[in-house]
Amino acid sequence: MKYVTEFRNQELVEQYLSEIKKITTRHWKIMEVCGGQTHSLVKNGILNLLPKEVEMIHGPGCPVCVTPLNLIDKALYLALEKNVILCSFGDMLRVPGSEKSLLQAKAAGADIRILYSPLEAVNLAKANPDREVVFFAVGFETTAPANALSVIHAHKLGVENYSILTSHVLVPPAIEAVMNDEDSSIQAFLAAGHVCTIMGIDEYYPLVEKFNIPMVVTGFEPVDLLQGILMTVQQLENGEAKLENQYSRVVRPKGNPQAINVIEQVFQVNDREWRGIGNIPKSGYELKPEFHKYDANIKFDVNIKAAKESEECIAGLILKGIKKPFECPEFGKKCKPEFPLGAPMVSSEGACAAYYHFHQAMEDLEAVS
Amino acid sequence: MPEEKIKMNLSCPMPQLDFDMITLGHGSGGLLTNKLLDTGVFDLLKNEILDKRHDGAILSTENQIAFTTDSFVISPIFFPGGNIGELAINGTVNDLAMCGAIPQYLSLSFIIEEGLMMKEFWEVLVSIKMACEAAGVQVVTGDTKVVERGKGDKIFINTTGIGHLHPKASIAMEHVKVGDKIIVSDNLATHGIAIMSVREGLEFESDIESDTRPLNGIVKTLLDDYGKNIHLLKDPTRGGVATVLSEIARDCKLGIDIFQKDIPVNEQVYGACEILGLDPLYVANEGIFIAVVDSAIADDFTEKLKQQEHCNNASIIGEVVESHPRQVVLTSQIGGKRVVNMLVGEQLPRIC
Repeated sequence: MKYVTEFRNQELVEQYLSEIKKITTRHWKIMEVCGGQTHSLVKNGILNLLPKEVEMIHGPGCPVCVTPLNLIDKALYLALEKNVILCSFGDMLRVPGSEKSLLQAKAAGADIRILYSPLEAVNLAKANPDREVVFFAVGFETTAPANALSVIHAHKLGVENYSILTSHVLVPPAIEAVMNDEDSSIQAFLAAGHVCTIMGIDEYYPLVEKFNIPMVVTGFEPVDLLQGILMTVQQLENGEAKLENQYSRVVRPKGNPQAINVIEQVFQVNDREWRGIGNIPKSGYELKPEFHKYDANIKFDVNIKAAKESEECIAGLILKGIKKPFECPEFGKKCKPEFPLGAPMVSSEGACAAYYHFHQAMEDLEAVS
Repeated sequence: MPEEKIKMNLSCPMPQLDFDMITLGHGSGGLLTNKLLDTGVFDLLKNEILDKRHDGAILSTENQIAFTTDSFVISPIFFPGGNIGELAINGTVNDLAMCGAIPQYLSLSFIIEEGLMMKEFWEVLVSIKMACEAAGVQVVTGDTKVVERGKGDKIFINTTGIGHLHPKASIAMEHVKVGDKIIVSDNLATHGIAIMSVREGLEFESDIESDTRPLNGIVKTLLDDYGKNIHLLKDPTRGGVATVLSEIARDCKLGIDIFQKDIPVNEQVYGACEILGLDPLYVANEGIFIAVVDSAIADDFTEKLKQQEHCNNASIIGEVVESHPRQVVLTSQIGGKRVVNMLVGEQLPRIC
C-alpha cells in the first residue's frame, strides 16, 4: 500500500539502525512527545532494536491520558443525569472517572456513542431535535480543527441542540512544562508530526532556543521514527540544538492555514488542567464567547466537585518522562488495562498500556531467558 | 435491507400474509405463533425429524459426538456479505468442525423484538435454509419468542449443534507440541471490517464483504488426508487471531512465535484497519480457521488448503516454541519483537 509499506521497509530500517549505532558514543535521553509515536515504537518492536544508549522517554502527548478527572466526571454527569446523547472518540470510553468510566455508564443505560468525526455528532443532533447532543472534544491541535468545524457547522445549520465539552490541549506548553521540571533529564525531543501538520513548526523555534535542545518533527511509521531518531542523535553527538523536520512530506513550515483559521475562529487559548501534571498556563483551547451557546459547560451549568486522583497512580511522573511505567509499584499488579488506576494504562497510546501490551512482557522474557 | 439480496432469493418468495410485522402475539405459543411457523418456517427448513413437530427431536448418532452452542446478537442484522441467519448456522457448524466433528443436527431459537418486519424475518429464514444446505446440516428442533420493543435488537438467534467425530480426528490442546506449525486458512479480519463499514457512526464505502461460510467441508477433506497430524483447530471469531493464539499459548503452556510478514490480510481490509486504528490481529473473523499441525506435514497441508475454495491465501504464520511459555511473540515487518496479548474489552478506535 503506497505511503505505508515503503515506510515499513525492513532494509531501510536496518540501514537507519546501523547508522544510529555507528554514531552513538554515549547515553542519550530522547522524548517522543506524541502518544501515536509511543504506540508505533512499541507496536513495531523498535525499542528493542535501538542501541541501549539511545533511551526513548514517552511524553505527555496522549490526549486520553491528560484529560482531567473532573472533565470525565462532567461527561458522566451529562450522560447519566442530563439524558444527553454523549458522543466521543473510542478510547476515551474506558478511561476511569472518579467513580466509573463512560463504558460503565453506557452499560448503566447512558446514551453514549462512539464516533469518528464530530461532524457526525452534528448530524445526530439534527436527526434528534428533541435531545441534546454533546461531543466530548478531546485532543491536541490535531483534532481541534474538526471540533471547531463542528461548531461552525452547527451554527450555520441553526442546530441549537449541539454542544461540545472541550478538553483541548496544546503541545508547546507541555514541552515547556516538561523542560521546566527540575527532575527532568530530557536531552532532545521528537516533536509530534501530526500536530505540526496543522500548526506548522514556527512555535518550536523559541523552545529550541530557550532550552538549547535538539528537536526533530517526526512521523509515525518505523522508517520515519528511525530517521527522526538518527537526526536527533546526530545533533546531540555534534553538540547542536536546532529544529529539523523529518516529516516534510506531510508537515509544511506554516502548517495548514485553513485549519488554523478554523481553530482561530472558534477557540481561544486558556490555562488548562492536565491530568497527572496539573495546571499549565496557556496550554489549551476554550470556545470564544460568541460560541458559548455551544459550550456544554456553560449550557448545562455543570458543577462537579473536584475528585481526588488515585494516590497510587504515578501518571504525572510517567507523563513527564521522569519515571518509566515499570518503575510504578502497581504496574501490572493493581493497575492493568482491564482495571486501570490511571489513564496511561487505558489508551493504546498511553505509555503504561503500551508497555503492558507490547514491551514489558518482552523485558520479562529477556530477563528469564 | 439491500435490494440485491431480495432479488437473489426469488426462488423462495415470501408467502402472502395478513401481517407484515412480528408482534408480541407471535411469540405467545398460540394461534399467531402457529400462523407464523406455518407461513413457511417449517416448509423452508423441512426434514423428516422437524416435520414431526414434536416437543423435541429424536435422533440416532454414531459413537462419539461433539456438542456445541452459540448465540448471535449481531448489529446490524444485515451486513455486506451476509446476515444474522447464515451467521448463526455457520457459527455452530464451524464450532463443531473445529472439534473434528461432522456437523449433523442443529436446534434453532429466535428471540425476536416486536416490530421486526416479516420481510426481514423471511430474508433471515431463507439464508438459514441456504446455509443449512451448504453445510449439509438439518434444523431438527427450535423455538420462537417475541419480546417487547426496546428489550431486544431486532432478532437474536441461538443455535445448538451436534455432529459425530471424524474417525481420524484427534484434536486436543494436549496434542500441541514444540515445533508444530501455526496455519491460518485465509485472510484475516475481513468479517469484522465488513461489519464496521456499516455500523452507525462509522459508515465508510468499501466492497469488503463478510467471510461467513461453513468450514466443515474443508476440515473434513483435511482430516481425511492428515488425521492425527492435525493437533488443534480453532476458529478465531471474536477477539481475533491474537486472542485465540494467546489462549492456545496459555492452555498448552508453550510459547508461540508469529511473523507479521506471513500473516495474510486483504489490502482493502488492511487499509481500513490503518484508517480506523485497528490491529487486524484483533478483528473478528467468521470464515477462517487456525490449524496447529505437525511440522512434517505443514507445507503439504498448506498447499492442500490453498486448493480449497476461499483458502487461496492460506499461510504458515508461526510455530510453537519452547521459549517464552504462555506468551505469543510477534516479529514485526521490520524485525522488531513484541508480545501479543488477549484483547481487553472491545477494540476501540483511537483519537488520532
